[in-house]
Amino acid sequence: MTMARAVASRRSFLGHSYNLVGVVAALVILAWTLVAIFAPYIIPHPIGDIVDDDYFGPMRQGLWLGSDYLGRDMLSRVLMGARYTVGISLAAVSIACFSGVVLGMAAAVTGGWFDTCLSRFLDAMNSIPSKLFGLVVVAAVGSSIPVLILTLAVIYVPGAYRFARALAVNINTMDFMTVARVRGESTAYLIGSEILPNIIRPVLADFGLRFVFIVLLLSGLSFLGLGLQPPLADWGALVRENIGGLPFAAPAVIVPSLAIASLTISVNLLIDNLPHKIRDRDA
Amino acid sequence: MTNLVEVRKLRIEATTDAGRVVEIIRGVSLDIADGEIVALIGESGSGKTTVALSLMGHARPGCRITGGEINVNGKDMAALSEKERAKLRGTDIAYVPQSAAASFNPSSTIMEQVIEVTRIHRLMPPEQARKRAVELFRSLSLPDPEGIGARYPHQVSGGQLQRLAAAMALIGDPKLVIFDEPTTALDVTTQIDVLKAFKSVMRAGGIAGVYVSHDLAVVAQIADRIVVLKGGEVQETGTTAEILSAAKHPYTRELLAAFEPKPRQANADGEAATNQLLRIDNVTAGYGAVGSDGLPLIRAVDSVSLVVEKGRNLGVIGESGCGKSTLARVIAGIHPAAAGDIVFDGKQLQRAAGKRSQDQLREMQIVFQYADTALNPAKPVADIIARPLAFYHGLDKRARSKRVDELLDMVRLPRALRYRHPSELSGGQKQRVNFARALAADPKLIICDEITSALDTVVASAVIELLKELQRELGLSYIFISHDLSVVEAICDQIMVMYNGERVEQITPDKVKAPSHPYSKLLFSSVPKLDPTWLDGLVRDPELVSQYGHR
Repeated sequence: MTMARAVASRRSFLGHSYNLVGVVAALVILAWTLVAIFAPYIIPHPIGDIVDDDYFGPMRQGLWLGSDYLGRDMLSRVLMGARYTVGISLAAVSIACFSGVVLGMAAAVTGGWFDTCLSRFLDAMNSIPSKLFGLVVVAAVGSSIPVLILTLAVIYVPGAYRFARALAVNINTMDFMTVARVRGESTAYLIGSEILPNIIRPVLADFGLRFVFIVLLLSGLSFLGLGLQPPLADWGALVRENIGGLPFAAPAVIVPSLAIASLTISVNLLIDNLPHKIRDRDA
Repeated sequence: MTNLVEVRKLRIEATTDAGRVVEIIRGVSLDIADGEIVALIGESGSGKTTVALSLMGHARPGCRITGGEINVNGKDMAALSEKERAKLRGTDIAYVPQSAAASFNPSSTIMEQVIEVTRIHRLMPPEQARKRAVELFRSLSLPDPEGIGARYPHQVSGGQLQRLAAAMALIGDPKLVIFDEPTTALDVTTQIDVLKAFKSVMRAGGIAGVYVSHDLAVVAQIADRIVVLKGGEVQETGTTAEILSAAKHPYTRELLAAFEPKPRQANADGEAATNQLLRIDNVTAGYGAVGSDGLPLIRAVDSVSLVVEKGRNLGVIGESGCGKSTLARVIAGIHPAAAGDIVFDGKQLQRAAGKRSQDQLREMQIVFQYADTALNPAKPVADIIARPLAFYHGLDKRARSKRVDELLDMVRLPRALRYRHPSELSGGQKQRVNFARALAADPKLIICDEITSALDTVVASAVIELLKELQRELGLSYIFISHDLSVVEAICDQIMVMYNGERVEQITPDKVKAPSHPYSKLLFSSVPKLDPTWLDGLVRDPELVSQYGHR
């Protein structure tokens, strides 16, 4: 009976089966992505303009999410914040996962000295606390969007490398890898065509997870004042600058927190509920 | 109630991941009397293991028992609650799995695991259980019955572990023991000891058994009656002698036919055989640290020489661990030799595959035992077969697609299969795709490493027939590595016997009935025959067994 119910709660579409939680999570992510892309066209007020006489103003008509500690429109600031949080994190996670996964697969396939040196070097990188690393870099070269992206990417390369290498090592022992090697295939073909298709699902899941970590780290850095500099602000910075509104239960501090939560939780839920292809022999 | 087990119109359904319900067992009925051993035989997917498991009231995840009765010792296993069933398992019914190695916990001693059943069911105090276990070890003719219990599972051999799994099953004094292909993973020389031990213990205790297997010759030795299953239905039931001598059902006859020695096509033996395709001289290879003489510490292959002639086949046989697979990998250059020469088609080959030219790699292809791991599960069949075409021959997309169709025809697979992924193919189909990929390279020599060992008897003999046909059409040579003598005999012109990394002797199949080396004699005499009296009548030279057998 339980079996039948479990089957019923999943639906199928185009040969893939999915469930409701995954769909909702995907919609939330899609909504934030659209906001990030179109934010400059939909914000009601410029983000630097002081539009309210009072600070930490409540939600009301015209100022749908109230105002911040200087009386600026919170809705505009959150919408623009999405642009920085999603954009910077996405760029950083793409760089981190791409380089980490390629290096990891290459290390697994090549083995020997290349593998040993690379692994030890990245292990050493991994041992530096991430916030401390960010702090040092920002102190040394100052904070700007490219610096933030690169710093975040470098921090998360070792993790992506370890993960991909662990998966690739398992695939590397399979006979089809031996067959391809004896055929005389190049390393690029081995990692791109033989290994990658077999590890792509966990790698994508890892991508999502790392995205969440980066959003949180970026928010953390911004909260410490090391991220984006005013008047630009990502969600973490919004929480920090409005932290004084906490005693008043101001929406200015609650809303960006909710925004961070909704994005990270949705990504996690989507990873756990990715649609899977139905592999049914006779259907 | 007259019989110990009465199964009536058993139905089991499975749900696929698309939510479709498939009936995998369709109304199976069978009886087992007290002390009788009934064999369930059939190809993979015939439902034989599913039926056997249902006797314990167990259905694998995704499956459920939807109809019928399973009366075991007066209780309907299908109707009992899980708690009540658990009470019966180990005391009334016991199970011996296919792979004992995977079923033992590597982190506790054998004795602890064998007597676990008595602890769970509170049958007897531990001291008494240990004594009983030692008795069982002795009756299963395990070496050092007093001491073996103190060892860990990795410290005993595969054959011993399988017998220890039987001891674990028997300690609760069950009335029925289910054996799920317990000897499939063992060497022939080991299989005999295990079968003998099972048979004597079951007979002495008057215990009824269900023996699941796809090997008719093994079943003939141990079973009183045989039930032939196919597609979840009983095809034929009869006593062992009846089934073997007067099978009625076509499928049973097909199974039997797979055992009959096939006439080898005469390979024009008179023809001058000077056309050497491959010659290896004194090749040594192994693992571990390299010693001062440049040779590895552990030698898996020790000074082996062999010759393969054009259009002829060489068989290499021996038990697991004798170095035959390493030999294949050495020839293919996957595991570079430490010493010796490999001459292929008149030219000296580099020892490592990476240093050989593309054409040399193309002309020698290797086909592995497990098609499951030899085919990339993430790629459709067409891509798998097309890759050597693009890589070696540089064919464009249309030419490749046409050639893939031709290759699929060659290995007798329907063309529509090209869109499937390996996981959607049966074992025999996968092995054919595996072979088609080797053919795509247009090779002169194909090294077949145990390619039929993972297949059912009927499927394996079809694959062998295919290999012979392709050889006639394409003029290939094969090196055929196997532990199964009947397979090698069916296809090879020369047979090389290996033991412990060394070449023991080379024989031609015409003289195969009289091998001269003692190890070959032992090996050949250990292959089960269809004759049910074969095991009981088998007399083996104890000296030979102690010298070469792994007990």
